[in-house]
Amino acid sequence: MIKAILIFNNHGKPRLSKFYEHYNEDTEQQIIRETFHLVSKRDENVCNFLEGGMLIGGSDYKLIYRHYATLYFVFCVDSSESELGILDLIQVFVETLDKCFENVCELDLIFHVDKVHNILAEMVMGGMVLETNMNEIIMQVDAQNKMEKSETFIFQSTRQDR
Amino acid sequence: MPAVSKGDGMRGLAVFISDIRNCKSKEAEVKRINKELANIRSKFKGDKALDGYSKKKYVCKLLFIFLLGHDIDFGHMEAVNLLSSNKYTEKQIGYLFISVLVNSNSDLISLINNGIKNDLASRNPTFMNLALHCIANVGSREMAEAFASQIPSILVAGDTMDSVKQSAALCLLRLNRTSPDLVPMGEWTARVVHLLNDQHLGVVTAATSLITTLAQKSPEDFRTSISLAVARLSRIVTSASIDLQDYTYYFVAAPWLSVKLLRLLQCYPPPEDAALRSRLTECLETILNKAQEPPKSKKVQHSNAKNAVLFEAIALIIHHDSEPTLLVRACNQLGQFLQHRETNLRYLALESMCTLASSEFSHEAVKTHIDTVINALKTERDVSVRQRAVDLLYAMCDRSNSKQIVAEMLSYLENADYSIREEIVLKVAILAEKYAVDYTWYVDTILNLIRIAGDHVSEEVWYRVIQIVINQDDVQGYAAKTVFEALQAPACHENLLKVGGYILGEFGNLIAGDPRSSPLVQFNLLHSKFHLCSVPTRALLLSAYIKFINLFPEVKPTIQDVLRSDSQLRNADVELQQRAIEYLRLSCIASTDILATVLEEMPPFPERESSILAKLKKKKGPGKVPDMDEARWNVNGNTEHSENTEPTNKAPSHPFTDLLNMNSSPAAGASLLVDVLSDLSSPAPAPTTGPGPTDVCEEHFSRFVCKNNGVIFENQLLQIGLKSEYRQNLGRIYVFYGNKTSSQFLSFSSSVTSSDTLKTQLNVHTMPVDPTVEGGAQLQQILNIECLSDFSDTPVLNVQFRYGGTLQNIAVKLPVMLNKFFQPTEMTSEDFFQRWKQLGVPQQEVQTIFKAQHPMDTDVTNAKILGFGVALLTGVDPNPANFVGAGVIHTKNTQVGCLLRLEPNPQAEMYRLTLRTSRESVSQRLCDLLSEQF
Repeated sequence: MIKAILIFNNHGKPRLSKFYEHYNEDTEQQIIRETFHLVSKRDENVCNFLEGGMLIGGSDYKLIYRHYATLYFVFCVDSSESELGILDLIQVFVETLDKCFENVCELDLIFHVDKVHNILAEMVMGGMVLETNMNEIIMQVDAQNKMEKSETFIFQSTRQDR
Repeated sequence: MPAVSKGDGMRGLAVFISDIRNCKSKEAEVKRINKELANIRSKFKGDKALDGYSKKKYVCKLLFIFLLGHDIDFGHMEAVNLLSSNKYTEKQIGYLFISVLVNSNSDLISLINNGIKNDLASRNPTFMNLALHCIANVGSREMAEAFASQIPSILVAGDTMDSVKQSAALCLLRLNRTSPDLVPMGEWTARVVHLLNDQHLGVVTAATSLITTLAQKSPEDFRTSISLAVARLSRIVTSASIDLQDYTYYFVAAPWLSVKLLRLLQCYPPPEDAALRSRLTECLETILNKAQEPPKSKKVQHSNAKNAVLFEAIALIIHHDSEPTLLVRACNQLGQFLQHRETNLRYLALESMCTLASSEFSHEAVKTHIDTVINALKTERDVSVRQRAVDLLYAMCDRSNSKQIVAEMLSYLENADYSIREEIVLKVAILAEKYAVDYTWYVDTILNLIRIAGDHVSEEVWYRVIQIVINQDDVQGYAAKTVFEALQAPACHENLLKVGGYILGEFGNLIAGDPRSSPLVQFNLLHSKFHLCSVPTRALLLSAYIKFINLFPEVKPTIQDVLRSDSQLRNADVELQQRAIEYLRLSCIASTDILATVLEEMPPFPERESSILAKLKKKKGPGKVPDMDEARWNVNGNTEHSENTEPTNKAPSHPFTDLLNMNSSPAAGASLLVDVLSDLSSPAPAPTTGPGPTDVCEEHFSRFVCKNNGVIFENQLLQIGLKSEYRQNLGRIYVFYGNKTSSQFLSFSSSVTSSDTLKTQLNVHTMPVDPTVEGGAQLQQILNIECLSDFSDTPVLNVQFRYGGTLQNIAVKLPVMLNKFFQPTEMTSEDFFQRWKQLGVPQQEVQTIFKAQHPMDTDVTNAKILGFGVALLTGVDPNPANFVGAGVIHTKNTQVGCLLRLEPNPQAEMYRLTLRTSRESVSQRLCDLLSEQF
């Protein structure tokens, strides 16, 4: 089971956090900081797996992460998940984001946090892998976007936005 | 076409985010956020109804603020309201807010449940998916209660859309995890198994996850899934990649589903059906074969996906542990990965090999890779990989390679990461003990451990080495020599000093023959480090010193000087001070024989599980340490030794730590020492100052002639009080024993003894008492007394008990006198003188003249005469200054009338007492008793 999915940048600023087990806000922030601390001090080209920090459950959990340019994608999983499988899932996630945002960058995650959540929801649900097929995921996201457009398009041009 | 165009974002949101990003300081950021929160709150509270777009915008802002780590304490209600919207956008943002921000025990759950209920019933697959996601993400008990029974039917209904089926399967899985009792098992389970045949691979993947979890809990119900899973796996593995279209990932067919199916099969033993079994073996062989094929793509994703399946297949082979050829192939495959350029593969190969090493078929095959693994330990840049290498070395260690592995681990320890040092220390200690052929190697290894990583050597490790040295007498001399040499180092770790102090204290004599390690040299060596160490270590060293006094009488003066110094005797630490005082005293007063008995060598420790292994298990959690039955070897290697040991001298069965723990009560083996010391340290007990055990105390006896209640005996330990009542020839005495100390009296008993003559005259019956009197408590005993005939002897109350290990004997004259059986008799003057004349026989009258011992006070005298038991007759004697009394002594056999007359002479401070009774003995006795009262 996936316990948490965290995205933060090279400075440890969180860009997405999704916990599939309940923690209070403070603990969530501490877990993000602890995880950043553990992951960021590692060299490039070392392995992508490490034992989880104390807050997330110690050696019973693994952190599986990838580092893309300015962002770290970290999945915290228990022993029932395949390490390489999760590593590939991160890749699928990033490739999907890349397709949805056209050359995704950190700013896209900042300004479209809702979209990122929706894309993630098509892949992981309640800590379990829901869908791994990128085309299927994108199809769902597209369908959502269409519905969204049909609902909001009419108002958009005249709006006074504050 | 990009799915999200960058232009359609919400401008207000973008502005807010940009503002935040431009904030120069944390304060500015907090200020901007608070401003925004106030804005949103007022918008939510405002009269104007917000349109969906605005609500979405504000909720997105709140999400962003939350992500930055700020508490969001409002907006929940607005989010819940969005659930009931008909618009997808609004519903979606409502659900998003809830799944990120609402925790499982929110009081809004019932409102949220209402929204979910409507969406589940909507038959709109998008809405149903949103609802199912929400249930799975929140996963609270209330939600399980509301929906657990509904979801299985959605899952297996024929008309449910694939995407909804996927969500329903995972939703059910989640609820089964959080509230398993609420998920009803039923006819749907059989239909869930058949989802493994579903056309849609996404549905199959989700169903496999669900079935795996359910099968772990009730394997029998899902046994049919084995054949379906094997069939499905076989189709995937043997398919050309194009068959599975979208589920092919970088030229690997459905890698996630393959992994999940292999996981599911790991819930069961190898299939019993031969055909099925061979089909599975075929699949596994195919997967192993594919690993050897040239890659279809240079991309890392391709090899990752392929290897994900491969590692899972190997895990299944190891789990089945039944096909030697497959196991050896798996081992060879992992061996290749050990040298792969991909760090991830090396990591996973080391991890998988750990489990493989425990299989009897492949243990030898794993061992062939020892050099590669040792090399990994030395050269890997990544600490996670090195840690896996340590684990594997530990798992592959056996008698043939233990020396090499322990040596390598020791040398790695010198530079190891601090985070894993303690674990390595434990592992080295366990391996060294488990595979020790000769204990000199073991002792060397542990001392090396302490030298290299003393801070990471836990108590258990050095306790254990002492345990073993004490139980193995062939290693004791070597151990003494080795610790002595190790202590020569200018700076040595405190743990080494503990081991050294203990071992030299026990076995220093074994090396004392060498002038280089003479007793004085040994002592000076230990004492040179004394002042640098902590209190517990110093306490241990003091014990070593007193042991030295026993072993080497020649250093006794030196050690006594040390003990006598102010820094010991007046040490601020009470434990050290007490040890110094007691040891010094012991060394001064005890004879060599006593010293030798008190300070004899520790008896061997009873056999028990290695405390280190227990510690490693605790550290790693149960089930993570390979079963090591051999580790529970008999530490009583020398059986002869243990047979010779007296049962009372055997070390107690409580954990080893107690023996070394200075705060705990001393163990049985050392109890002799304690007894000796407790006599020295406790306040002098009764026998030394109080009456000797054979002396009968009659100090307060005479006070009781004229009164019935009071304290008859008292010393530092005990007070005995009495309350008595008499009627005719019967009496009852309540005896109260008060424990004046704070500790228990044990084996308490009391009895009344009488002379042989007295036994025929007086019956005293004692009630039994509790054998224990708590500190500060009072014990009551009842004595029943019957007077048979007149008597003049006194019964004796004997009390015995144990206090602080010493037997106390107390004997007290019990104030039971003849006058206690008086019944007063009133009579007129005439009657009195008539009787007086009747008792005129010379033997019947006893008269005595004596000097007053107390002031001659009429009232006091009156009271005393009344207390004596007779009636005080006034107006009888012509001289009013005289006292006259009359009474009858009741015995069982007879009654004896008694008249008395007391004539004071204040000028001379003299009294004349005259008694007339019908019996000479009675008259005499009463006169004796009464004449002492004035």
